Amino acid sequence: MAQGVLISNPSAVPVQPHARDHNHPHAIARNSGRALEMDWVDEIRINLSAAERRVASLPGRRTVKKDAQAAWLLKAITCIDLTTLNGDDTTERVKRLCAKARSPLRSDLLEALGFAGRGLHTGAICVYHRFVATAVEALDGSDIPVAAVSTGFPAGLIPHDLKLKEIEASVRDGAQEIDIVITREHVLTGDWRALYAEVRDFRAACGDAHLKTILATGDLKTLRNVAKASMVCMMAGADFIKTSTGKEGVNATLPVTLAMLRMIRVYEERTGFKIGFKPAGGISTAKDVLNYQFLMKEELGRDWLEPELFRVGASSLLADIERQLEHHVTGRYSAFNRHPVG
Amino acid sequence: MSVAHYYETMEYGPAPEADGEARAWLKRHDATFGHFIAGKYAAPASGRHLTTIEPATGKALAKIAQGAAADVEAAVGAARSAQSPWAKLGGHGRARHLYALARMLQRHARLFAVLEAIDNGKPIRETRDLDVPLAARHFLYHAGWAQLQEREFADHVPVGVVGQIIPWNFPLLMLAWKIAPALAAGNTVVLKPAEFTSLTALLFAELAVEAGLPPGVLNVVTGDGATGALLVENPGVDKIAFTGSTEVGRSIRQSTAGSGKSLTLELGGKSPFIVFDDADIDGAVEGVVDAIWFNQGQVCCAGSRLLLQEGIAETFRKRLIRRMETLRVGPPLDKAIDMGAVVAPVQLERIKALVETGVKEGAEKYQASGAIPAEGCFYPPTLLWNVHPSSTVAIEEIFGPVLVAMTFRTPDEAVMLANNTRYGLAASVWSETIGLALDIAPKLQAGVVWVNATNLFDASVGFGGYRESGFGREGGREGLTEYLKPKAWSGRKARAKLPPFPAAPTDGAGFGTPSIDRTAKLFVGGKQVRPDGNYSRAVLSPKGKHLGEVGEGNRKDIRNAVAAARSAEGWARATAHNRAQILYYLAENLSARGDEFARRIGDMTGVSSAKARAEVEASIERLFSYGAWADKYEGTIHAPPLRGVALAMHEPIGVVGVACPDEAPLLGFISLVAPLIAMGNRVVAVPSERHPLAATDFYQVLETSDVPAGVVNIVTGERDALVKVLAEHDDVDALWVFGSQEASTAAEQLSVGNLKRTLVDHGLALDWYDRAASEGPILLRHAVQVKNIWIPYGD
Repeated sequence: MAQGVLISNPSAVPVQPHARDHNHPHAIARNSGRALEMDWVDEIRINLSAAERRVASLPGRRTVKKDAQAAWLLKAITCIDLTTLNGDDTTERVKRLCAKARSPLRSDLLEALGFAGRGLHTGAICVYHRFVATAVEALDGSDIPVAAVSTGFPAGLIPHDLKLKEIEASVRDGAQEIDIVITREHVLTGDWRALYAEVRDFRAACGDAHLKTILATGDLKTLRNVAKASMVCMMAGADFIKTSTGKEGVNATLPVTLAMLRMIRVYEERTGFKIGFKPAGGISTAKDVLNYQFLMKEELGRDWLEPELFRVGASSLLADIERQLEHHVTGRYSAFNRHPVG
Repeated sequence: MSVAHYYETMEYGPAPEADGEARAWLKRHDATFGHFIAGKYAAPASGRHLTTIEPATGKALAKIAQGAAADVEAAVGAARSAQSPWAKLGGHGRARHLYALARMLQRHARLFAVLEAIDNGKPIRETRDLDVPLAARHFLYHAGWAQLQEREFADHVPVGVVGQIIPWNFPLLMLAWKIAPALAAGNTVVLKPAEFTSLTALLFAELAVEAGLPPGVLNVVTGDGATGALLVENPGVDKIAFTGSTEVGRSIRQSTAGSGKSLTLELGGKSPFIVFDDADIDGAVEGVVDAIWFNQGQVCCAGSRLLLQEGIAETFRKRLIRRMETLRVGPPLDKAIDMGAVVAPVQLERIKALVETGVKEGAEKYQASGAIPAEGCFYPPTLLWNVHPSSTVAIEEIFGPVLVAMTFRTPDEAVMLANNTRYGLAASVWSETIGLALDIAPKLQAGVVWVNATNLFDASVGFGGYRESGFGREGGREGLTEYLKPKAWSGRKARAKLPPFPAAPTDGAGFGTPSIDRTAKLFVGGKQVRPDGNYSRAVLSPKGKHLGEVGEGNRKDIRNAVAAARSAEGWARATAHNRAQILYYLAENLSARGDEFARRIGDMTGVSSAKARAEVEASIERLFSYGAWADKYEGTIHAPPLRGVALAMHEPIGVVGVACPDEAPLLGFISLVAPLIAMGNRVVAVPSERHPLAATDFYQVLETSDVPAGVVNIVTGERDALVKVLAEHDDVDALWVFGSQEASTAAEQLSVGNLKRTLVDHGLALDWYDRAASEGPILLRHAVQVKNIWIPYGD
């Protein structure tokens, strides 16, 4: 395939990247990355049974009810990377999704929850490079960033220089966030230097755009691999670490999340940088996302409940949250067809 | 609070569990309860009630009956009448009942969970997710044992009427642990719940009858310690099973001594939580939360002594303190808390006082800064850092949410510190190196060891302590065995009184060439040694003929023998193959001198030479049997519901005192010593007082058979006096007494110092030639203690 085709801009409209408006009280200093420290990788120990026990008991230890639950679900909406990553995606499909990102909840529900006029929107729109410009245009003026999956998503096996070119092209088209996939082979063979070098290059190619590194944890299999890959990616300059492409056999899980969050905590202890976390794939109910939120708050703290440090890659989650919020407002169980689709 | 407020703060907010059903149940009883005897409530004979409070609010919750002698008598009577038909019902019939009880618990799961949380103060999460499901599992598991009993325990019968006394920390779960095996095995029960937390036991008894349990099979008598004491002392009770404090356990041991009641005690602990530098630190930090901030730390097996390898201590401290900040303490019925209320004000005061002592003695105190409710019995999660083994808080069981921490340098030092306690209930070992973890686990003096985990329980895996944490096991095959007795022992009769000691001969030996004088010494630490007092006693034939002299052993000889046995610890680590070889070798060498031993037996006891020869042959065969068992009486691999295994290992008890009977002076001695050494114990044996020479002659067999020094020590002398010294010796781990009723009573009574395990015959004679009664598992079971090592795995 010719390089030009791959990175060609499908949109005729030139677009300008615009700065993110951080209205969150905590400004997050951007991870500068650092030299690869092999000790930080070699020392990692993680016990699967102990990790499972922690995540299994958490839903019994934490829950939110009534107003608190509604608030947590509203917050979850602001953290959703509303995603379409399918072979049959089209411009119109992407535009429809962007419209949903702008108004994720029915206005009468927003009103009832006291959120009318707040401009509540999802965390981002996440698309393939081909639709970046479309999305940027559709979201103009909304403060909603566009995230592009990149580097030969989902397998990540295209030539390295093409990966860099793909990143650059998406940034040129206005993507503010680049969700890259790592070369799983580097992890599976323990070649941490190669992984570091690869991600370092991706980060450089991103420029001001934020780098989200997808580990494809379902391919890495062990929590040890996941934890080590997390640490290497952060040292290489990742702004977010993300579980999955949504295309692996197993997507985001709570034990994998726990392993990654612990690495984020260690990295912050050592460098002061707060790294974001994005679980993706398989989180489709309000109950699911609450469990992730509990884990974020318990393991990392309040800051990690905001979209600056927490995103959820999901396509059907929003619909379930809408139904739950309607139930909260009306006391009646809702149905999908009562909420506009994206 | 509005949605917007929570949106900004992202706080959890209240999440209360509804308590309407539980309150309605209390109301139906006007919050006043009688005992539950013979299938119905019975008003207390004294008319007296105790008030039980709700720990989270301090408000009165209900009135429970104070049990008096008449109530206990009525309950024991009801249990007695029900016992025979209950046993006759057969295994399958009882299995149906136990299954129904499991289903009943599941059917009323939430009611039990809520009532327990209200009554005890523990979080609804724990009652709902742990206590009730584990209790139901216990009944289901034991329904299985009832079903299999006739096949698997064909040579056993139920003990009879069992008195069970349970603590307040897991009221319903301990009820299940106690009554499920007892009922499964065909016993009937009088249960005395703790006075702080009697309500779920009453609810259980009520619903059990609704579920079809025949009246009198399960009786509940409520009340305080005095009621418990009445139950312990009641002569109609065949066995006492107690879970609670070591102090009360001691007094129960004392008051049941000599009564013939069998006894199991599950007592306190100060369990170590050991973290090596190659552990998953964050996983271990979570383990600490499960270990000491579970049930407000009111857990007998709580990992309350944190032992950290020096290199990671500081990292661990920081991460633990950070983790403490996220713990939430609140009302027990809140579904978003980690810790609820301590059970009672008296307990809260004790915790506060001990923490104060710890700080005075130099500990640094860390407490979570999160809010705790102002009213009610609440205490924050607490870490005492910089604690030394000599600190009060490192020694005493606090029974609250207080962790004490200290460091170690090497694996050996970790083991030494872990074992530096009078207790031995549980231990937790954290290391990602399988070789290290599995090397440490067997070295810990504890009945339960969790590798990279903590506070895991299952009905299939025995639970119980070493040392002063008690004896007996709950759960598994070994737990059921505690509620059965061997048929082979049920027909024993009181030992016939020996004829009076013949008068010492007065006439001289005449002018023939005398035999060379042979005075047997004691055998201590592999050497023949003179008795400390340097007195001897004469050994005479039944007709009064002088056969020789043996040393008159005293306290100091026992002390020396125990020290020698203690230092022969290598025997416990010797391979089973090696121990088997030595037992066979003993048989070989005894056989080589068979005629001599037969003559000796004949001379001492006056039996015919054929009978004497038969005793020698039986002794040789017995040594062969234990050579055979040495590498075959193995542990079990349990399959509890987790990804992993639990290894039930048979471990030697340690140093065991043995008092041998007068009948069959060689065979009795061999029958008791051989199973003990086969399992790796070291023995201090006191041979038959009347006929000691068969044992003293055996020195030379021991010396020529490669038995390491100190493994078998023999002290001759006045047997019952030496039994007392052994019973009072706190470095003797177990004591077997086969002889008089008085010696049995004394052994049980005096064993309380270190709560040594006792096996006594109450003066009932065993037929040493009857293999079913005197050889094999019937004794081997008492020669080992079971350690369950939980090994979850996965990567």
